Amino acid sequence: MKTALQKEAKKQMKQIIKNNKIIVKKFEDEKKRKNVPLEEYATQMKNPDNILEIDNLHTYFYTDMGIVKSVNGVTLEIPQGKTVALVGESGCGKSVTSLSIMKLVTAPVGQITDGEIRYNRPSGPIDIVKTPISEMQKIRGNEISMIFQEPMTSLNPVFRIGTQIDEAIMLHRPDIKKSAVKQQTIKMLELVGIARAEGIYKSFPHELSGGMRQRVMIAMSLCCNPRLIIADEPTTALDVTIQAQVLDLLRDLKTKIDSSILLITHDLGVVAEMADYVVVMYAGRIVEQGTAEDVFLHPKHPYTIGLIKSKPVVNQEIDRLYSIPGQVPNPVNLPDHCFFKDRCDKCIPSCNGPIPELQQIGPEHKVACHLYDEENGKEAN
Amino acid sequence: MSDTILKVENLKKYYDIKGGLLQRVVGYVKAVDGISFEVKQGSTFGLVGESGCGKTTVGRTILRLHENNGGKVIFDGKDLFSLTPHELRAIRPEIQIIFQDPYSSLSPKMPVGEIIGEAVREHKLVPDKELRSYVMQVMKECGLQEHHIDRYPHEFSGGQRQRICIARAVALKPKLIICDEPVSALDVSVQAQIINLLMDLQKQKGLSYVFISHDLSVVEHISDEVGVMYLGNLVEKAPKKEIFNNPLHPYTKSLFSAIPTPDPTIKMNRIVLEGDIPSPANPPPGCKFHTRCRNCMEKCKTLAPEYKDQGNNHYVACHLYN
Repeated sequence: MKTALQKEAKKQMKQIIKNNKIIVKKFEDEKKRKNVPLEEYATQMKNPDNILEIDNLHTYFYTDMGIVKSVNGVTLEIPQGKTVALVGESGCGKSVTSLSIMKLVTAPVGQITDGEIRYNRPSGPIDIVKTPISEMQKIRGNEISMIFQEPMTSLNPVFRIGTQIDEAIMLHRPDIKKSAVKQQTIKMLELVGIARAEGIYKSFPHELSGGMRQRVMIAMSLCCNPRLIIADEPTTALDVTIQAQVLDLLRDLKTKIDSSILLITHDLGVVAEMADYVVVMYAGRIVEQGTAEDVFLHPKHPYTIGLIKSKPVVNQEIDRLYSIPGQVPNPVNLPDHCFFKDRCDKCIPSCNGPIPELQQIGPEHKVACHLYDEENGKEAN
Repeated sequence: MSDTILKVENLKKYYDIKGGLLQRVVGYVKAVDGISFEVKQGSTFGLVGESGCGKTTVGRTILRLHENNGGKVIFDGKDLFSLTPHELRAIRPEIQIIFQDPYSSLSPKMPVGEIIGEAVREHKLVPDKELRSYVMQVMKECGLQEHHIDRYPHEFSGGQRQRICIARAVALKPKLIICDEPVSALDVSVQAQIINLLMDLQKQKGLSYVFISHDLSVVEHISDEVGVMYLGNLVEKAPKKEIFNNPLHPYTKSLFSAIPTPDPTIKMNRIVLEGDIPSPANPPPGCKFHTRCRNCMEKCKTLAPEYKDQGNNHYVACHLYN
C-alpha cells in the first residue's frame, strides 16, 4: 500500500520531469541550428594574454530529482603558458567545469545555462558556449585537448595503440601525409618517454601497465600540439613513483610545446608542485583563488584551511588530524546562505546573509567569505 | 613474547598460471615470496608499496582467505594454517578486515543493523535480546547515528559507508584488524575523519592494525612500524621514525622522494625511477629491484640480497649494506 507521502513524492517527480523536458528542449533546439554565422559566437578577450576566460559559468543537470546546480557561477582565467589547478572534493563541480569547456556535458540532462567561456583562438577569440558543435569538433583534441582520469577506460580496448593515436593525427593534421602519420605517432610516443615505441605502437591497451597507458593518453592528447591541455585527475589512478614520472613529463612537455594546463585534482601535493595558480571549489562555487603561494601559505577561506590541515604531511608529527565536520550539502537543495556555513568553525552572524561573492584581498588573491567583508570596507550584514 | 599479537614467518603465496589445452600449470605468479614481520599488541604495522607488489595478498593470506604456499602465520600463539576449519571459525572474530571500496563491500540488500549484527549473532557474542542495543552502541562508537540502524547502504555517503565497514569489524571485538587501503577511495576531508576514528578506536580498545596503503603520508601518520614491499618481498622494515628519517634501500628512497608535499616553496630533489614494475610472473634474477636501481652493481644481477638487521631494528635487503 502506498502512503500519501509516497503519492505526493511521485506527483512532484512527474511535475519536475515535465518542467525539465520543456527547459531542455529549448537548449537542444538552440544547439541543433545549422550554419551559425561567426559573428554570433565571436567575442573579445578581457585580457589578450589569457588563453581562456570563464565568466559566471552555470552548468545545471535537469534530473528527475530536481535541478542539480553542479557549476554555479564559476569565474576563472587561464593565462598563456601557465598551469591553473582546480581543487575540491568529489562532486564539487571540478570535472563538470572542464567538460563544459569542451562542451562535452552529457546532453540532454546537462546543459550550460548561463555564462561565457571565452577562448583565445589564433583566428580570433570565440565564446565556446555559443559555438556550434561542428566548429567545436575542430577545436576538441586539436586546440584544446583532454587527459582523462581513467587510462583503463578511456582507451578503446579493441584497437591497437598506434591506430588510436593515428586517428587523432589524421583528423586534425591535414598537413601530415598519410604515409608520415605512423612516424609522427612514434615520435609522440617517444616524446612521452616510451622506450619501445615501435612495439607499443602495435600493442593493445590491456598489454600495458597503468603508467604506460596514461603516457599513451598524454601522447594522444599532445599529438596536435594543443594550446590548452585539460588534465582531469591525470595521476589519481597511479602509484606515487609513476605519478612522479607523469608529473615531470607534463611539466617538461608544457615548456616544450608552450601550452597552458588546466589541472583538475583533489591531491593538494600535486597542486603545490605543478600549479602557478590555484582555484578552490566547493559545492559548485569558487571559494578561493590566487597564486600557489597565496593559497598554500596564506589560505584565507575556512574550507581551504581545513582542506590543507586535514592532509597528513610526511615528516610533520601531529597527534590528531584536523577534519572538517559534516558533509557537502545536497546539490539539489542548496541553502540560500554560504554553502560552507554548516561545517564552518568560524561562523559569524553575517554568514546567515546572502551567499558571499568573491572579493579581492591581495593582488591576485580572491576569497568568498564574509569574514573578510569588513577588511575591505564593506558593511557586514 | 607475549606482546606480539601476529607473527608472519617467511609467508609465501603463489598463484598458478594455467595454459595449454589441458590447462596445466605452466608457471607461477609469485605474489608474496617470503615475507616476515611482527605486529605488537596495540600497535600499527604499515605496509606500503606500488600496486601489484602483493600488499593485498599478504593481508588476505594472513586471514586465510587464501591458502599459503609456505611459511607460517602465528596469531596469538596459534599457527593459523594448522587449524582445523572448526578451530579457525572460532578464531575468526578475533581477526577482522576492512576493505578498500566501501561501495562494493556492503550488501545492498541488508539494512545497516543486519550488516553489523549478522556476524555477532553467528558467533553468539551477545544474547539475541541485546543484539540490537549492542549494534546501536557500536554504531555510536563509530560515529554513526543510532536511528540509522534500519537504513540501507545506498542511503549513505562514502565516508559513512566506511564507518559501517569499521563498525562491522569492531562489533566482533577483534584483537587485530587488517585495513586494506581503507581511505584511498575517500576524499581528503573524509579521509581525515576515518583515520581519526581508527586511531581513537585503537586507543579505546587496544586494537592492533596491519595498515595496507600506497599513500605514504597516511601510513606515516598512523603506523608505528613500516614495511616497504617490492614485487612480493619486503625490501625494508623499520620503526616509523627510523625509516622516514633514514631510508636505506634505494627503492624506499625513491618512493619517499616521490611524495608530493603541499608546499609550493619546497622544490623536491626527486629520484625518479625509470620504467615500470617488472611482471611478478617473470621476476628478474638476483635482486628484483636491480632493473630500476641506480646503485646497481654486478652482484645485484645474479645474487638475491639477504634481509639483514642494520641496527635500531632496521631491516633492509640490499647488497649496498652487506
